[in-house]
Amino acid sequence: MNLEYSDEHKAFRDDVCRFLDEKLPEHLTDRGRRGRAPSKAEHEEWHAILHEQGWLAGNWPREFGGAGWDAVQRHIFETETTARGAPRIVPFGVAMLGPVLQKFGSKAQQDHYLPRILDGTDWWCQGYSEPGAGSDLASLRCEAVRDGDHYVVNGQKTWTTLGQYADHIFCLVRTSKEGKPQEGISFLLIDMATPGVEVRPIVLIDGSVEVNEVWFSDVRVPVENLVGEENKGWTYAKYLLTHERTNIAGVGFASAGLAALKRIARAEQDGGRPLAENPHFAARVARVEIDLMAMATTNLRVVSAAAGGQAPGAESSMLKIKGTVIRQEINALAKTAAGPYALPFQSEAVEGTNEEPVGPDYAARVTGQYLNNRKLSIYGGSNEVQRQIIAKTMLGL
Amino acid sequence: MNFEWTDEQRMLQDGLRRYLSDAYDATGRKAAREADRGFSAETWAGLAEMGVVGALFSEDQGGFGGSGFDLALVFEEMGRAGAVDPLIDTGVLGGGLLATFEPDTLEGVIAGETHLALAHAEPGARYELARVAATAERDEGGWRLSGRKAVVANAAAADRFLVTARTGGAGADPDGISLFAVERGALDFRPYPVVGGGTAAELSLDGTPATLLGPEGGAYPALAAVHARATLAVCAEALGMMEAVRDLTGDYLRTRKQFGQPIGKFQVLQHRMADVLIEIEQARSAVINLAGNVDGDARDLHVAAAKNLVGHVARLVVEEAIQMHGGIGVTEEYDLGHYARRLSMVDHRFGDTIHHLERFIALTRDAAPLEGAAR
Ligand SMILES: Cc1cc2nc3c(=O)[nH]c(=O)nc-3n(C[C@H](O)[C@H](O)[C@H](O)COP(=O)(O)OP(=O)(O)OC[C@H]3O[C@@H](n4cnc5c(N)ncnc54)[C@H](O)[C@@H]3O)c2cc1C
Repeated sequence: MNLEYSDEHKAFRDDVCRFLDEKLPEHLTDRGRRGRAPSKAEHEEWHAILHEQGWLAGNWPREFGGAGWDAVQRHIFETETTARGAPRIVPFGVAMLGPVLQKFGSKAQQDHYLPRILDGTDWWCQGYSEPGAGSDLASLRCEAVRDGDHYVVNGQKTWTTLGQYADHIFCLVRTSKEGKPQEGISFLLIDMATPGVEVRPIVLIDGSVEVNEVWFSDVRVPVENLVGEENKGWTYAKYLLTHERTNIAGVGFASAGLAALKRIARAEQDGGRPLAENPHFAARVARVEIDLMAMATTNLRVVSAAAGGQAPGAESSMLKIKGTVIRQEINALAKTAAGPYALPFQSEAVEGTNEEPVGPDYAARVTGQYLNNRKLSIYGGSNEVQRQIIAKTMLGL
Repeated sequence: MNFEWTDEQRMLQDGLRRYLSDAYDATGRKAAREADRGFSAETWAGLAEMGVVGALFSEDQGGFGGSGFDLALVFEEMGRAGAVDPLIDTGVLGGGLLATFEPDTLEGVIAGETHLALAHAEPGARYELARVAATAERDEGGWRLSGRKAVVANAAAADRFLVTARTGGAGADPDGISLFAVERGALDFRPYPVVGGGTAAELSLDGTPATLLGPEGGAYPALAAVHARATLAVCAEALGMMEAVRDLTGDYLRTRKQFGQPIGKFQVLQHRMADVLIEIEQARSAVINLAGNVDGDARDLHVAAAKNLVGHVARLVVEEAIQMHGGIGVTEEYDLGHYARRLSMVDHRFGDTIHHLERFIALTRDAAPLEGAAR
């Protein structure tokens, strides 16, 4: 056993660090440090920088314009960039749709869409969930009915992350009501400028807008926008989910959060000493740091097995649960650390208004982040559903 | 032993519950949240008219209640409705101090005409009650105050500010803290909204004219007393909110269907909901313990115990309720969002779980353990 990266991977990490030193603009990390979500323009700026380096799609093979990294390299890149507070790469085009098109899409779809994901021409969002179909995704009802060389789509999607920015949406739609519910689902690409598509924002508990409802009424979609075969969409969706679940542990986010938490704890005065020296507070921070250290290694064990060709199964569910719980505990501790300055309501939405933050700047978004990040254990398959997967696949229960 | 309300208390409870459930329907809550002062003037006037402010004071103070149990009853109902009216600030804190130092001005408070804000905490003081750095100096006409006050609740509505400052001592010395009244017009500040409703402000005092209330340098005991009662109020309010959240979540588990059945049929959610119920009962008992001791010898012990326990339970209830709701639980519009925001702020007023854990340890380290209610 050897806990060190190989020489090649060490060299790669040095490359990544050098690149970040030179090319990651301070205004982007600054924003992350203050707990603010990046704007569309900021996402685009970061994507363009990465694209120029050839690093936007680490997971794609080189033939499609990706970096062709192995799992360890991807891990190194994600950990280093998130720990520095870089915006995350918006996953919908790069991490989700890209791999599906590469495996199941037609040549024409690959040639048209893949370059446009890389150069930022198209912004994609994910239309899976519906009001009645959350954890039980197969019960979805949004339907697509064949009419000549078009599908006519009617129904509603919800929780569409960053859909307000997107010009395209990949959807699971019902094309058949026969047989098992999974067997009548198709995977359809929809241009959101098509007449009959309507996007309505959903305001989240911290006042931010990152999810939307998307309504379809008699939306005509050309049949060439069907990915793979009709009624086989569930297979593609499951394939996509295995990709959605990369970087699921969020080690970089947790490290960045922990560093921010420690900064607050050193700055806050408590009974004439820094809060960091309060033994009860310090004990809770230590507990989460110990947990994070172990999880980082669990993550590496999974990454290393994946680099050796083993597809992660229930391990990614373990990482999802542990990773989200750790991040949520760090958020809760940051809110605790801010003390009475957790009280002022400082919405993400007032960002544009030039208002000075109330109290120390490190406190401005702790409450918002705590509330907003309750989502981590809900979306992408809730932690309860992940536990079911673990019990089923690892124990056969 | 008797854990029942008296007839009068039950009447107040029924009336208040009815009044608040009308005032705080979905539109009422939205209007209150968006009002400049952080609450609806109309709802507040109705509360005062019902005698809700009066219930916080004893008969010789001009009220008709004032016991710990009266406070617990009133604030539990306020919490259940998700009410955002500044009853803690104007009533328990401000009114409590006036009852001690300027009782002849209490009438306007009880009538709902005067609003008050206690400006005590300072940046860097966190939850340490005796840590005051602001200073007061005597000049011809009266006193002038200098220093800073942090997150002063109910600032937008307050006609008068009660401000603490040192006339002696230093650091976290309880002796030497004095209480002053400052008129709103003497202050220049920008109020901001608080998570979960209401307003606050940062105050800069720079030779601000003020009137001394009570004994010079001797405000601390009264401050600690009203602080204990405010802690009871916020704990009882949290209890009411937790029960509302419990009901909302129970309803949701019964109606939300996934995989062809109500999600409440999943045993994992049943067990967690059961734990939530157990912990809320624990919170109820802690509130009862505090209510019965809030003016007695064991006050500080029960303040620490109740606030620590309620802080833990509130976090559990918020997080479990959101999780069991799934995506809908993290939206602003759904009722749960309001309760979750407000409930997650309970820990940030009057000391959090860690602060009160330390106090509890200090107070009990050498004492023989006793049972709950009897302590
Ligand atoms: C911020 C955010 C962003 C999102 N982004 C997207 C997006 O971009 N695109 C998209 O398609 N979707 C998105 N989602 C939707 C997300 O995937 C769903 O919210 C998630 O699948 C849960 O579904 P639900 O919200 O309907 O909860 P429900 O499925 O109704 O679950 C409610 C509760 O029941 C539990 N539960 C359900 N089934 C079981 C079971 N069998 N056993 C035990 N417990 C169970 C759940 O764990 C949860 O606690 C997003 C959600 C959020 C909150």
